[in-house]
Amino acid sequence: MPTTPFLNMFGRSPIRPLEAHMSKVHACVKELGPFFEAVLLQKWSEVELIQQDIMRLENEADDLKRDLRLHLPKGLFLPVSRSDLLELLAVQDRLANRAKDIAGVVLGRKMVLPDAVAPSFIDFLRRCIEASKQANTAINELDELLETGFSGSEIKVVESMITEIPRIERDTDDRQIKLRHIVFDLENSLPPVNVMFLYKIIEWTGGLADRAREIGDRLQILLAK
Amino acid sequence: MDHGIIFIISACCIGLWMTWGIGANDLANIMSTAMGSKAVSVKQAMIIAIIFEAAGAFLGGNEVSDTIRSGIIDVSQFADKPQLLIYGMLSVLLAGALWMTVTSYLGMPVSITNAIVGALVGVGAIMLGLHAIHWQTVGYIAISWISSPTIAGVTAYLLFISIRRWILGVDNPLTAAKRYVPIYLFLVGIVLAMMTTLKAVHHFHLILGVIKTAAILAGTVVVVMIVGFIAMRHVFSKVHLRRHTQFVYIEGMFSVLMAFTACAMVFAHGSNDVAIAVGPVAGVISLVEAGSAHHDGMLNGIMLFGCLGVVLGLFMYGRKVIETVGGAITTLTPSRAFAATLAAASTVVVSTSTGIPVSATQTLVGAVFGVGLARGIDALNLTVIRNIFMSWIITIPAAAGIATLFFYLLRAVLG
Repeated sequence: MPTTPFLNMFGRSPIRPLEAHMSKVHACVKELGPFFEAVLLQKWSEVELIQQDIMRLENEADDLKRDLRLHLPKGLFLPVSRSDLLELLAVQDRLANRAKDIAGVVLGRKMVLPDAVAPSFIDFLRRCIEASKQANTAINELDELLETGFSGSEIKVVESMITEIPRIERDTDDRQIKLRHIVFDLENSLPPVNVMFLYKIIEWTGGLADRAREIGDRLQILLAK
Repeated sequence: MDHGIIFIISACCIGLWMTWGIGANDLANIMSTAMGSKAVSVKQAMIIAIIFEAAGAFLGGNEVSDTIRSGIIDVSQFADKPQLLIYGMLSVLLAGALWMTVTSYLGMPVSITNAIVGALVGVGAIMLGLHAIHWQTVGYIAISWISSPTIAGVTAYLLFISIRRWILGVDNPLTAAKRYVPIYLFLVGIVLAMMTTLKAVHHFHLILGVIKTAAILAGTVVVVMIVGFIAMRHVFSKVHLRRHTQFVYIEGMFSVLMAFTACAMVFAHGSNDVAIAVGPVAGVISLVEAGSAHHDGMLNGIMLFGCLGVVLGLFMYGRKVIETVGGAITTLTPSRAFAATLAAASTVVVSTSTGIPVSATQTLVGAVFGVGLARGIDALNLTVIRNIFMSWIITIPAAAGIATLFFYLLRAVLG
């Protein structure tokens, strides 16, 4: 293909790949819903299938991340700070990693959630996935932000999307506290190692919402002038 | 004069070679903002390129051509030894064409303006003596090489900021676009009218009153606006769309503006680059014919010849480049392309009408960077931009050196 130096002046846009990475990350997190449904029913073969799906999505997100980093050389002139962009990418990636960790441990230990815990946990998980979804929605506005030159009313639209994330995250915190209480009450009736891991999974699941909030924070920093 | 006809033929051949290169490479750069923003189809791009490049060269190229022919080297000092000046002009042509060919083969971003002016100054200063150079003109040219990308950049920055503030950044962008896009259309109409009409009036030495000239200008603007509105009519019927869809239609309106702006840019390019390539050829021919470097009538014929070269280059190779440009630049939407190109085209035309040759490509690069500074473009390669500007610094001594070499060679061989 004939190219001219003039054409080479235009670098590859990092905006669309960043959005693609986030939607891959969210797809990965979303899989935890069906994953835990299968766990509750103790259909371990299905659990394993979904866990492999999560692994695959996480790997794909990793590939997108690597590709984006490689195409973001220092000599690129961007409308947003390059380091903010890379930070955002790193935080997004940590969200997918956490989902992968959760799925891995639950499958590895063939964890069974006590009946008293299960409904609250599913509720808690759903809310955490909502946080990730909201982060994904906000990140998806990046190309519109670019179109408007990172200014004007589009900034306000995204700001309002971002402020929704910490609201969801606080909500998940409350649910997490309640969930811990339920587990605490059951503690003596369960094998101690299982209890340890149950706490771990609750903590990690809450971590999903924390990371979604971090994505919102990073996006806000990215937009700040 | 000895070898007179040989000089003319070889000057024409090298001139053709050079203009071929302009059509093959440089024109594609100029069209790339329009192509990248998908404002025009390949076919439309070719038609625009041919018509406006030729119009630019014919109507607006005289001043620049004259500067190259006799404005940099003081030809009056060589009235008694035109042979020397012919060798000089031929060396300049050879050096320019050779340097352009080698660098474009290597993928180096080189401007013909830098090459020809560098070669002229080199040959003039080293072989004919420092006194043979109009240093004031050279100074103006040097300043314009820095100022033209800067001015284009600032203009593009302001243009894009205005688009952002009035259209893209408001709550209901499509409604705002319907209100403000006609203003931008009017602006493009004015620029286009000023370029083409005023240059045509000037070129054909028509003596028109202020009122007649104003009427012609207004007429051209009205024509541009009517055509623009017809092209945009499907957008005007759209109301109450989702924000995201609104942007698609807004960019659609800007791509109509971009199509007109592309005409202006190609016109500017023709009046600058073709004129530069043709300048030394005209110099040689007038020296052979009349023994002095002042001859007016034949310039049209040589311009025609130059345009032929450009069209040949465009069809043989430039077409391929233009076809791939559309897919290569994905980051330049019509609103950005419009701001950058309009700024660059106006800067180049203002410059050429004062006879100062600038680099159309470098001016356009400056303008694109201006839009980038306004956070309009998602990724610009600073390394490439630096190379584009660095290469002009390298080109000047290189072209000067090669030209001097050719001069020695020609003088040694032909005596």
